[in-house]
Amino acid sequence: MKTRTKLLGAVVLLSAGLPVAGTADTSDKRIALSNNYAGNSWRQAMLQSWDKVTKQAVADGVVAAADAFTTAENQATEQAAQIQNMILEGYDAIVLNAASPTALNGAVKEACDAGIVVVSFDGIVTEPCAYRIAVDFKEMGRMQVEYLAGRLPEGGNLLEIRGLAGVFVDDEISAGIHAGVEQFPQFKIVGSVHGDWAQDVAQKAVAGILPSLPDIVGVVTQGGDGYGAAQAIAAAGREMPIIIMGNRQDELKWWKEARDANGYETVSVSIAPGVSTLAFWVAQQVLDGQKVPQDLTVPFLQINQADLDAALATTPEGGVANVEYTLEDAKKVIAGAM
Amino acid sequence: MRRDPRILLPVLSLALLLAAVFWVQPRAMSYFGINLLFNLAVPIALATIAQMFIIMVEDVDLSTGTFVSFVACVTATFLVETPLLGSAILVGAILVYAALGALIHARQLPAIVVTLGMSFVWGGLAVLILPAPGGAPPDWIRWLMTSKPPLVPMAIVASVLIAAVTHLLVMRSAFGTLLRGVGGNARSVARAGWNVTWLKAAAYGLAGLFGVLAGMSLVGLTTSADANIALRYTLLAIAGVILGGGEFTGGRVSPVGAVIGALTLTLAGSFLSFLKLSPDWQIGAQGAILILVLAARLILRRGRAAA
Repeated sequence: MKTRTKLLGAVVLLSAGLPVAGTADTSDKRIALSNNYAGNSWRQAMLQSWDKVTKQAVADGVVAAADAFTTAENQATEQAAQIQNMILEGYDAIVLNAASPTALNGAVKEACDAGIVVVSFDGIVTEPCAYRIAVDFKEMGRMQVEYLAGRLPEGGNLLEIRGLAGVFVDDEISAGIHAGVEQFPQFKIVGSVHGDWAQDVAQKAVAGILPSLPDIVGVVTQGGDGYGAAQAIAAAGREMPIIIMGNRQDELKWWKEARDANGYETVSVSIAPGVSTLAFWVAQQVLDGQKVPQDLTVPFLQINQADLDAALATTPEGGVANVEYTLEDAKKVIAGAM
Repeated sequence: MRRDPRILLPVLSLALLLAAVFWVQPRAMSYFGINLLFNLAVPIALATIAQMFIIMVEDVDLSTGTFVSFVACVTATFLVETPLLGSAILVGAILVYAALGALIHARQLPAIVVTLGMSFVWGGLAVLILPAPGGAPPDWIRWLMTSKPPLVPMAIVASVLIAAVTHLLVMRSAFGTLLRGVGGNARSVARAGWNVTWLKAAAYGLAGLFGVLAGMSLVGLTTSADANIALRYTLLAIAGVILGGGEFTGGRVSPVGAVIGALTLTLAGSFLSFLKLSPDWQIGAQGAILILVLAARLILRRGRAAA
């Protein structure tokens, strides 16, 4: 027990914060990850983070097992069956990235009724008995304008790059950006294009709208579009505004080059795929008997000027900046939601 | 006499798979466990029966999945808020199915193309009804799907009931014989004075009816709908019919086999997940199980032919 505490403390100490007495009563508990999709770099990073953190947790004896399961076809009915299988296998908690916010509710309810803790994240479920770790996309949009207000107190014109039309996330981030503009009325959005979270689409869209725009001081984005915007603006021979980046490797690389060349400054925000590990620790905390609110919010991963080199060094080519969460982080998130 | 071996193989594969599941996961060997293993097979079994009616008349329905999704969306919205309108929409959908059957026969259209086209229509309607996932099941459906009958779990009672009713209809009634005749030799049925267009309409209408039942039971289990909820049912249903001893030609189908085929397919997925097989391999392994059963069928038939 003592070494376990020490090891746990060491794990916590490694990444952030002080060691805590996390003598979890969960060493015989088994946690399963039910994941609906693994077909892009973000999901791959998410699974790798899960594997890395939970393997260590199992080795340290924090939990007995933490198996990951991904459905083959990204279908709600298939994932519902997967969850029912997990109930049968007697897992104590199910961490869930759901194919549908509602279509799994029946299976989730069955899991709850069987006494299983269900923690959903990223793709959350609406069933009240489950825990939800949601992303505050609105805040992600609002804080971009707040950052710009700090840099440019006198304000100015902004270009907004949106995501994929008709997707919930796009509406949320955009709503947050507009709320930010209301809060800092010295800014004005003079143009808005859809970049579909892809650099090439964003580049084309920005290049298309630029000739019709007055001078812009900032570009507010949704991630995956900052590099494309920079390319388009550079090609048009305009002065480079402050472009908010989205943690993609190509964006960070461009930022670093611009910084080295002329001291360019900006900020980068997105959701870290390692949020799966936050969900893992939240499940562990619930199993440990801690009081955890049903609804939690994921902190997003923000890269500031000072963190740029470190972030770029750890981000794989073509990937997304990532962070794995610790037990301590989870406790902070839980305490913050109380 | 010759029906017995046809049903023997599906039964045997199911029993074998069930034994394997119980061996890997003894916890499944209970009232609660069996219900969990099979409750999601009930809508699949109904969808498989729907597909069977189409295959019986020598067509294939590529819209089963989207149709069931559409029905699920109607069930989770209209059937709750305005039961009358909801029922009318569902009855209308069955009539559309019947009309399609008549059209396909009257104009000699390829069913694959027509149903593929319809799959986009159903899919589009489903998105229109429920642009974002949501809705709720009517209370009585939820009650039905989560009911706990004494001794035997709901999933098994439902499966036996579906198999028995369709068996009586297809294999024992004069009407069923006629329908199978359409698949076997439509021309001779027509020569005998029957209106094949009406018979095809009836077969498609029955498919529509069972598709509706599949969608409703699915919502009862999931408690809400989603425009993409049942897309994989199209191929599962076709596989279920074939696994259960049906054939694409000649009106040779077995309702009991189709239900067992659906249960087997569901169980195969669970079995692979209990084995902790990597998901990358699961689709392949599921396919391998299918091929194995079909290979066994071929060998069995050849053995019989030789004897």
